[in-house]
Amino acid sequence: MSNTIKIKKGFDIKLKGKADLTVGKAIEASRYAVKPTDFSGLKPKLSVKADDIVKAGTPLFFDKAQPEVKFTSPVSGKVISVNRGERRRILEIEIESDGKFESVDFSKGEINSLDRETVKQNLLNSGLWPLMVQRPFGVIPEPDVTPRDIFITGFDSAPLAPDYEFTLKDEKESIQTGIDAISKLTEGKIYLGLRPGSEFASLKGVEINYFDGPHPAGNVGVQIHKTAPINKGDVVWTLNIQTLVYIGRLFTTGKLNLERLVAITGSEVKKTGYVKAIAGLAIKPFIENNTKKEVKERFISGNVLTGVKVEETGYTGLTQNQVTVIPEGDEIEPFGWISPGFNKFTAGKAFLSRLMPKKEYALNANYHGGERAFVISGQYEKVLPMDILPVYLLKAILVNDIDKMENLGIFEVIEEDMALCEYVCTSKIEVQSILRNGMDTMIKELA
Amino acid sequence: MKGQGIKNFFDKHRPKFEKGGKLHPFQSVFEGFETFLYVPDKTTKKGSHVRDYIDLKRTMIFVVLAVVPTMLFGMYNIGYQHFHAIGEFSQTGFWEVFFYGFLRVLPVIVVSYAVGLGIEFTFAQIKGHEINEGYLVSGILIPLIIPIDTPLWMVAIAVAFSVIIAKEAFGGTGMNIWNPALIARAFLFFAYPAHMSGDSVWIRIGQDADKVVDGFSGATPLGLALTGNIDYNIWDAFWGFIPGSIGETSTFAILLGGAFLIITGIGSWRIMLATTIGALFTGLILNAFAVNPFMEIPFWHHLFLGGFAFGAVFMATDPVSAAQTNRGKWIYGLLIGVLAIIIRVLNPAYPEGVMLAILLMNTFAPLIDHYVVQGNVRKRLKRAPATV
Repeated sequence: MSNTIKIKKGFDIKLKGKADLTVGKAIEASRYAVKPTDFSGLKPKLSVKADDIVKAGTPLFFDKAQPEVKFTSPVSGKVISVNRGERRRILEIEIESDGKFESVDFSKGEINSLDRETVKQNLLNSGLWPLMVQRPFGVIPEPDVTPRDIFITGFDSAPLAPDYEFTLKDEKESIQTGIDAISKLTEGKIYLGLRPGSEFASLKGVEINYFDGPHPAGNVGVQIHKTAPINKGDVVWTLNIQTLVYIGRLFTTGKLNLERLVAITGSEVKKTGYVKAIAGLAIKPFIENNTKKEVKERFISGNVLTGVKVEETGYTGLTQNQVTVIPEGDEIEPFGWISPGFNKFTAGKAFLSRLMPKKEYALNANYHGGERAFVISGQYEKVLPMDILPVYLLKAILVNDIDKMENLGIFEVIEEDMALCEYVCTSKIEVQSILRNGMDTMIKELA
Repeated sequence: MKGQGIKNFFDKHRPKFEKGGKLHPFQSVFEGFETFLYVPDKTTKKGSHVRDYIDLKRTMIFVVLAVVPTMLFGMYNIGYQHFHAIGEFSQTGFWEVFFYGFLRVLPVIVVSYAVGLGIEFTFAQIKGHEINEGYLVSGILIPLIIPIDTPLWMVAIAVAFSVIIAKEAFGGTGMNIWNPALIARAFLFFAYPAHMSGDSVWIRIGQDADKVVDGFSGATPLGLALTGNIDYNIWDAFWGFIPGSIGETSTFAILLGGAFLIITGIGSWRIMLATTIGALFTGLILNAFAVNPFMEIPFWHHLFLGGFAFGAVFMATDPVSAAQTNRGKWIYGLLIGVLAIIIRVLNPAYPEGVMLAILLMNTFAPLIDHYVVQGNVRKRLKRAPATV
């Protein structure tokens, strides 16, 4: 049983630098890292120190609040250093690969013969557990909770996002095994959201819904809202289809294997495309000798809406399968507010670039204006395909009104769902961080 | 790098304006001027890496551009009415007519901006925030909605009242409840009624009082209609060759501005359309139950008379004081249209109801939105299982 849901609201940011559907030479590199900062609400506690020898799947740290949630090394080798930031916050644990890619042995076997506890323990021990996300509030799933349903998104609609139909076309078996495994975790349904015409339609044990329309159609939050919305008291878990591949491999081979294709994208990349790499790899091999260097560049692990800014010496994230390079844009623009704007891409209509709707643009990271109070109304609603009044929700958060936040739908959204609101905002309001503050307040309140 | 010269200039002088600098009291002026000359080089630190090119400055400037046709026409019409009143129109050239109005309107605009921006800069300095662009729009709207014979000191007081009491007291642009320009107009209307209505304020006669032609009346069509005297040509009203506030008379010029606002996505077409529908509907009802000549005028004439078009296009659509939800905008606009025509036709004291209708609905906009929001909340609660 499946149906197609047409998403009307939303917006595709037309960026230059879409990944060519070609696979480049696999990346040979030695430095990897795991970044606790990629996970909301995580308080990491180290289980290794510098110079320890690890395998893929050896725990590096765990969550202080729920110690059974472990974060493991993606490769075998040696821990080189633990980098800390302000107030000794752990930023990243760096590992030098030994090139052997050995994994800890985890239990494997016919999924149907395994019980819920075994599946859960295997996911927790291997470090794949925190790649799932619990809603409301976008946190690491609580091991003691049985989720109402599990939602999987089978495509990414974000700007320049990797095309999973291409990158995972040979991984269908692992994905199926992954679905079989996680179906042990819930008594509810497993939902899978796909683009119409998807190759993944043949997967079994899932309820498939098709989503047609602009970004954020691929966001699991939108898909949940359109199929079985989250009410107060509900808990659901979400995954992206790539994570299912890792889970499938774990149960088939007993090994942790985070190898996947990464999309190299963005206007400043010389040769876009896909390369094979293990999650957590340093960003350098992706971009070395492959950026134009015409202007100051910004490196992003992930997409331009929700990705993480990475220094040239930094690392890609475990959950992101994309690297984007855009111009930094740290220069002034004389009389920018009055120029006709043939080359200025906009979601609105106040620039002449709208006469060329097909053109792709090299957007930079400039704010293009100063921060102001909420003035313009009706803007956010156009890019949020949910029955939620975004400005009222944000105002409820700003005045810290718990009841209103609940009533206006804070259980249903996380940062990525409202990232486009932040992009279109005339007043340059930091929507994603306001929403995160609201969710953190709610977590404290409900604890 | 493009424009680096001016940035270097500002960077060089910046320390003088920062805390402890000699010119610190003028920091807000310095920054306001700087962002006027160029969009700053600030880049994103968190959240979305890319941001749309639209900002509040461009939005507000576009509204000002939309007002320009009515402003230019208003200047011409001041001259047109003047030379007609003294019976010399046929001997006077186009540019002479225009410059007569231009020279009379310009001081009003200058006073409006000087007083308003002066107060805005002072508040920005005291509160330590960036200059808000809001007054760029109010500053041009206020001169256009007052009679040409308003003394400049009255303009100054009205502007000061509106910026301080109606805007900054609430927290500045984005926080105000009422449209600041209309508050200025309402202040004048109630504080100096003799200068705001009647037959003698709409047309500048100046020193040519002895030349006024026989049978001249300076009253507006609406002023006359209220006394049962229907005397206007509706196409004059559409093109704008009637007495009235400086910028409100030409429905045609206002429509040009309205089209610009809708095409650029800056103004809310929902509010403009809803207001028009509300007015037409009320006009029809009044036609059906007409007991006096004013109630009998064809319902669509109301769109071209008085301040209706100006109010619907430039005043009701102020995003801050209007309803914020899409459904709310429909209700808000409809009620403005209905109330404007009811006040205009049925009330004996004021010949024009648009200003009061919009201010009243500004007051109720949060209530309308409240019910729209509650509707959304109820839907969500209904969906939730009863056990929770």
